[in-house]
Amino acid sequence: MRKLINSLVFAALVLGSTNAFSYDPDPKIFINELVSDAIKTLSDKNISKADKSKKIEIIALENVDINALGMYTLGSIRKTLDQDTIKKYKSLFEKYFLKSLTSRLTDYSEQKFEVVSAEQKSENYTIVNSRIAESSSQPEIKINWRVYIKDPSKPLIRDLIVEGLSLAKTQKEEFSSILNSNNNDIKILFLKLEEFINN
Amino acid sequence: MDLKKIIILITAIFLLLSTSLRAEPEKECFEKVSRNIFKFNKGFDKAIFRPIAVGYNKLPERIKTGTGNFTSNIGTLLTVPNHVLQGNWRLAGESGASFLINSTIGVLGFGNPAAKMGLKNQQEDIGQTLGSYGFGAGCYFVLPILGPTTVRDSFGRVVDTFIDPFANVTLGDRELLNISGSDIDYYSVNGASAIDFRADNMTNLDSLEKNSLDMYAAMKSLYLQNREKKISNTFSSLDEDDWSEFNK
Repeated sequence: MRKLINSLVFAALVLGSTNAFSYDPDPKIFINELVSDAIKTLSDKNISKADKSKKIEIIALENVDINALGMYTLGSIRKTLDQDTIKKYKSLFEKYFLKSLTSRLTDYSEQKFEVVSAEQKSENYTIVNSRIAESSSQPEIKINWRVYIKDPSKPLIRDLIVEGLSLAKTQKEEFSSILNSNNNDIKILFLKLEEFINN
Repeated sequence: MDLKKIIILITAIFLLLSTSLRAEPEKECFEKVSRNIFKFNKGFDKAIFRPIAVGYNKLPERIKTGTGNFTSNIGTLLTVPNHVLQGNWRLAGESGASFLINSTIGVLGFGNPAAKMGLKNQQEDIGQTLGSYGFGAGCYFVLPILGPTTVRDSFGRVVDTFIDPFANVTLGDRELLNISGSDIDYYSVNGASAIDFRADNMTNLDSLEKNSLDMYAAMKSLYLQNREKKISNTFSSLDEDDWSEFNK
C-alpha cells in the first residue's frame, strides 16, 4: 500500500495545480500537458502559496468533472433527495474538493512524470496510463486517469486510479460510511463537509 | 499443543467463520469495536510508532533502503510457497532466485541486485492464495496494532506462520539448513518492516488524516481495494458500471 498512498498527494495536486490553459483534446496529450504544466507551476518558487491555491481552484473547475464526481461520491442516496438538497450538496462538495486539493499543496515534492499509453474503453471513457518514475525515496508509481470524453473537444478527469486504487471509490465509501452510521441523514454529511470547509 | 492440533483448531475456527465469507467484503464484523480499536491504534501510533518512524526517517537514506530491502527479502520466503500454491511457477522461480541473489550478492538482503536483473518480487500471502481460490474476504474488522483485516486475511495471517520458513525457524524453534532463530528475531524483523512502512508514509498518512471526513472508512476502502488488486494480480480496478449513470 506504500506506493499508492505515496501517490495520493501527487495525484491530488496534479489534478488542480495548473495554469489557466486550454489543453489538447486528445486524452493522452491532455493529461501530459496538464501534468507538465502542474509540475512547472508547483516548482515555481516565485509564486506564493496563495496564488498557487487560486490556480488550483480555477483549473480544477475547468478540467475535473467535479459535478459528476460529487454525484458519484454521494452514492445511491442521491436518488432519494430533492433538487434543493442536491444543489446544496453540490455546492458543499465543490468547496470540499477544492479545499482538499489546496491543503495538500505543501506536500508536493518534484517528481518525474510520464504518460505511457492511452486506451479508449468506451465511447465515454479513455483511460490514460501514466507513471511517476522511481526515485531514491520511492518506487515507481502507476497512475491511471479516467478521462470522460463524451464531448471530444473537452475531456474531463473523473477519477484517478493510483496503483489500482480508485480515489473516487475511496471517497464514495467514506461518504457512504458517514451516511450509514447516521441513518442516511444527509444533514450529518453536510455538517461534516461544512466542518471541513470552515476549519 | 502440538502443530497438528493447532492446525485442526485453526481450520475449525476458519470453517466456523466461513459462514460470513460470502458476505460482502465491505460488511463489518463488529464496526463499533473496530472503530474503537482503530482509535486505540491511532493513539498507539501517535505515542509510540510515529515518533520512532520520525527518528528512523532521520537515518541516512542508505540505511533506510537497506532495512527495507532486508525485510522485503525475508518476506520473499513466504511469497515463494504462496506462488507455488497459486500455480504461478514462473513467479515462484523468480521470487526464489531473487531471494538467493539478494541473500548472497546482495549481502544478506540489504542490497537488491535481483531487481536490477529484472527479477520481480511481489509479496504474496495465504490470504491472497485463498482469494485466488475463490474464497471471499468475509467481513472486515480491525486488529489491535496489526490494523485492518478480514476473516480470510486474518485466518491467512495465522496460517502464514506455519508456511513461512522464517517464522518456522524463529517462532517454531526449528532448524533449517543449520539456521535457527528466536521469537525476538521474528518480531524484530516484522517490527522493522512496520517502522519502514510507517516512515515511508509519514507525509501521506498525515495528509490522509487531515483530509478525511472519516479516516476509518477511507483506510477500510484503501485496504479492501488493495487486497482485491493483489489477489487478481491486476493493476486496474476500473468498474464501468459504477460510472454508467453519469454518462449523460
